[in-house]
Amino acid sequence: MAFFLAQFLTGLANAAALFLVASGLSLIFGVTRIVNFAHGSFYMLGAFIGITLMDILPGHVGFWGAILLTGLAVGVIGALTEMIVLRPIYRAPELFQLVATFGVILVIQDLALMIWGAEDKLGPRAPGLRGVWRIFGEPVPKYDIVLIAITPFILFALWYLITKTRLGILVRAATQDREMVGALGVNQAWLFTGVFALGSALAGLGGALQLPKGGADLLMDFNIIGEVFVVVVIGGMGSLPGAFIAAVLISVLNVFGVTYLPQSTLVLMYVVMAIVLIIRPWGILGREEAAGEHGQVGSPERPIRPYGPKGIALTSAFVLALALVPLFAEQFVLTLIVDMIVFALFAASLHFILGTGGLVSFGHAAFFGGGAYAAALLVFHTGTPMELAFLFAPLAAGLLALAIGWFCIRLSGVYFAMLTLAFSQLVWSLAFQWRDVTRGDDGLVNIWPAEWLNAPAPFYYFTLILGTGGIIFLRHVIHSPFGYALRAGRDSPRQAEAMGIDVKRVQYAAFCLAGIMAGLAGGIFVFSKGSVFPTVLEIGESFDALIVVFLGGVKTLAGGVVGAGFMTGVEDWLTRLEYWRLLLGLVIISVVILMPEGIVGTLSTLWRKIRHTDEETIR
Amino acid sequence: MTEILRVENLKKSYDGFVAVGGVSFSVKQGELKALIGPNGAGKSTCFNMLMGQLKPTEGRVFFDGKDITGHKPRDIWRKGVGRTFQITGTYQSMTVIENVQMALMSHHRRIFTIGPRAWKLYRDEAMDLLGVVAMQDQADRPCSVLAYGDLKRLELAIALCHKPRLLLMDEPTAGMAPSARIELMQLTADIVRDQGVSVLFTEHDMDVVFAHSHHIMVLNRGELIADGNATEVRNNPQVQEVYLGGGTLFKEETHA
Amino acid sequence: MLSVEGIHSYYGKAHILSDLSFEVRRGEVVALLGRNGAGKSTTMKSVMQLVRPRKGGVTFQGRELVGEPAFRVAKCGIGYVPEDRRIFTDLTVLENLEVGRQPARKDAPHWTTDQLFEIFPNLDERRANRGKHMSGGEQQMLTIARTLMGNPALLLLDEPSEGIAPVIVEQMAATILKLKAQGLTVMISEQNLHFARAVADRAIIIEGGEKKFDGSFAELEAHPEIRDAYLSV
Repeated sequence: MAFFLAQFLTGLANAAALFLVASGLSLIFGVTRIVNFAHGSFYMLGAFIGITLMDILPGHVGFWGAILLTGLAVGVIGALTEMIVLRPIYRAPELFQLVATFGVILVIQDLALMIWGAEDKLGPRAPGLRGVWRIFGEPVPKYDIVLIAITPFILFALWYLITKTRLGILVRAATQDREMVGALGVNQAWLFTGVFALGSALAGLGGALQLPKGGADLLMDFNIIGEVFVVVVIGGMGSLPGAFIAAVLISVLNVFGVTYLPQSTLVLMYVVMAIVLIIRPWGILGREEAAGEHGQVGSPERPIRPYGPKGIALTSAFVLALALVPLFAEQFVLTLIVDMIVFALFAASLHFILGTGGLVSFGHAAFFGGGAYAAALLVFHTGTPMELAFLFAPLAAGLLALAIGWFCIRLSGVYFAMLTLAFSQLVWSLAFQWRDVTRGDDGLVNIWPAEWLNAPAPFYYFTLILGTGGIIFLRHVIHSPFGYALRAGRDSPRQAEAMGIDVKRVQYAAFCLAGIMAGLAGGIFVFSKGSVFPTVLEIGESFDALIVVFLGGVKTLAGGVVGAGFMTGVEDWLTRLEYWRLLLGLVIISVVILMPEGIVGTLSTLWRKIRHTDEETIR
Repeated sequence: MTEILRVENLKKSYDGFVAVGGVSFSVKQGELKALIGPNGAGKSTCFNMLMGQLKPTEGRVFFDGKDITGHKPRDIWRKGVGRTFQITGTYQSMTVIENVQMALMSHHRRIFTIGPRAWKLYRDEAMDLLGVVAMQDQADRPCSVLAYGDLKRLELAIALCHKPRLLLMDEPTAGMAPSARIELMQLTADIVRDQGVSVLFTEHDMDVVFAHSHHIMVLNRGELIADGNATEVRNNPQVQEVYLGGGTLFKEETHA
Repeated sequence: MLSVEGIHSYYGKAHILSDLSFEVRRGEVVALLGRNGAGKSTTMKSVMQLVRPRKGGVTFQGRELVGEPAFRVAKCGIGYVPEDRRIFTDLTVLENLEVGRQPARKDAPHWTTDQLFEIFPNLDERRANRGKHMSGGEQQMLTIARTLMGNPALLLLDEPSEGIAPVIVEQMAATILKLKAQGLTVMISEQNLHFARAVADRAIIIEGGEKKFDGSFAELEAHPEIRDAYLSV
């Protein structure tokens, strides 16, 4: 019993940092409608800055002073980020900003590497709180008890700030209708900056507070973000008490998981999330998002048309040119183009649900990686011939989409996004922790194509045919009645329901189709590399696809494909440099600021301007 | 005339607050009937229950003799009830005619088809419907550039796609210029006459209500306080008190 | 007090206002009349800088507003009540009023919540209610009260009678006259000529984004052809 209690207390203590980071994320989202991917980076910065400051400042005052100063410093960094990167693009289409925050992640990663080096740092112990207290005979670290005591005060302070102060009222009003708040005389630009700074400061505080229990390393940013999203989803977006309850739940669960089910700690967290969401789709204390809010920006998408003869001729010429490449190019060029095609198909499948369906998935890697793993597992464990195993990739990904979609499609907007991310993390944690089957991070190796394909040129053609075939098929579906119904559900779900369209069912079917196509890309991928590791299921992989779709242009049909080509090309060129993340991050941020409609969108707007084409009618 | 819609003792309450408290009425075939009342009287709640967006707490809704209480909006639509919204809900990324084609594809149960090109399907049929609302010349314009009045007419064309026997129109003329209001209601009245459709609509503009409806119902605090023709309703003292007011501001409008 | 000079405003590519000029003088109630789509709301938004005029100028008490962000326009003393109300439905009545609160101003009447509750007794009863549990008429009252908390010198009311039951419209007219008596300058946009005549001193008629008439209601009566051409009563 005493052991139980001690375990529970450890969980409570761990919840402190998690709660701080999660409440910051949810606050920023509430007001600015930005899903701040870089939130984990602010947490990581908090840890590094905290260690540095604790080294400089001595003693008790130094330790606690360093934590507060860290919060302040990260808050300032957050404010600068908001002013430099986000302010210019608030008018861009919704969710476009998250691409910029992804750029920020990359920049911060390399800056941290430059300043603090690649080695993990151990956090200093809190002065005067080094030992343990015995509670019913069980040792509990003193620092844990202090954290447990502090957290309710932080919760109360935040709750008071939001519900009782003028600032809090303005924040809540801006959450609903920013433009109106401005028209009433409130400088909303500073309100945004302030909220962003506060949210970042909370993340920084979280990073510094956990130091005596952990430390600082360069993987912290992505490691925490998955957990934070889970907390926000379980607690309910925008609810502080919800975030607290969820943080406690997850942390306590983790502690017990480590003791009793050490092989499945990660899986456990996502299973709990799934259970909570089956019972309460909007989280424990969350409420359904009100539709039709003000402040939506961006012009509506233009009506679509299949390519005319000119477009078909151009596309065919391009594919033909690709088909001729093996005749003269070296092997590394073929490999690069195979990577591009695989990524283009993966991005096109995401674009299908995101652009056409309006379903923003943060976890599309689950199907790409799922397909790759499905094929690899068959080959690895049963020696299935490649042809059969390859077919299994899209099939398994489709089945996975059928299962994940069943939970996710009921939700919409950011809840849908968060839940897809959490599910993809579940799949990742299975690949990572179910070592008997997946060999964990050792990965599955020696997954080579069949004899007749096992050479650069044949495999290149195999990829070209399936990849372009998949992309053309998706485009065809977009122009079919099903694709139109999908767009109808995106443009006006209410109208669609009132004309007999089962919107959720259409979206479910589209989600599965996108999963199948992503699985197909994953299948090609695994046989082109000959191996598969859990990295293909990571958050980063999902984010890559998202970035590519947004960079290319959500509101254009070619967006995903063009973005993928651009990204793979740039990455291939940049990764030869030492601080390539920094550069890539800056490239992404500048594209976002300079081309708010994405590459294809901005180019086609320019093109129309140059040619003065009639904007009104098509055909 | 036979009854197309019959509503029996329809009730809706939220945690103790009664939004609609036991309303009964019927709409006959070929009838143009208005539902008016002050804001918050329960008109929208009533409408949403008829169309399936809301589940009634109590009571029954019969369409053409069949019980449709609590059915989903899309199922009620399939049975032959059309609907237009107070705030138009057209598909902004499609052209005018594609909006109509979308409804036709749904009506012909082609939603899950991936074979044909959607923009080629039912184009002639859609063009005929656009003809009914005089929108043929705008067929290939993007919906996002339409004027408000045109959107309303487009919505009417969409609502007629599955040859409904009853049309529910929620504030069809809200936000329109007075002349355009008259035009739209005239068009609606023509459709009622030519196609034998019944229409039930809510409205704030008394000109529209008194000029075009065959019968008028007045809802106040969730109760029906009047149901009759224009003269009966206008002279009803209770209606004057809760809704029409002293008439100081509207004296002229009632005979305009 | 307010002077709009030759503004051109656009919504995307649509040219909504072209070369529109008018003035509002201190202490008067001006009605901006015209059909739907004539450009009334855009005119109000162009004054507020929620829509940026591409050409022309808007000066308020000698200060140029074009190019300023909306919050600064509000701080100058212009209160704006949008057509679609846009109250904060998750906030209580008192909290909605708090969002609108601004420091007192020398040249304008000063409002406290208690004074506002006197004018809008319905709101008084519902202080702690959330906006979403209110009727359309009450929401309209709340938006006006919320804007008054900013102590504006000039109040812009966009279609205050739209979508409101006739009895409430009568109350609304009485309220506007009360505000005028307190020394507030008011500009309302209206489609309802009867309502406009009941509250306003002067009418400005616009059509297709251009000014077609500017004068008293008596003059307007004298020219029924103008009324018929642009208002289609």
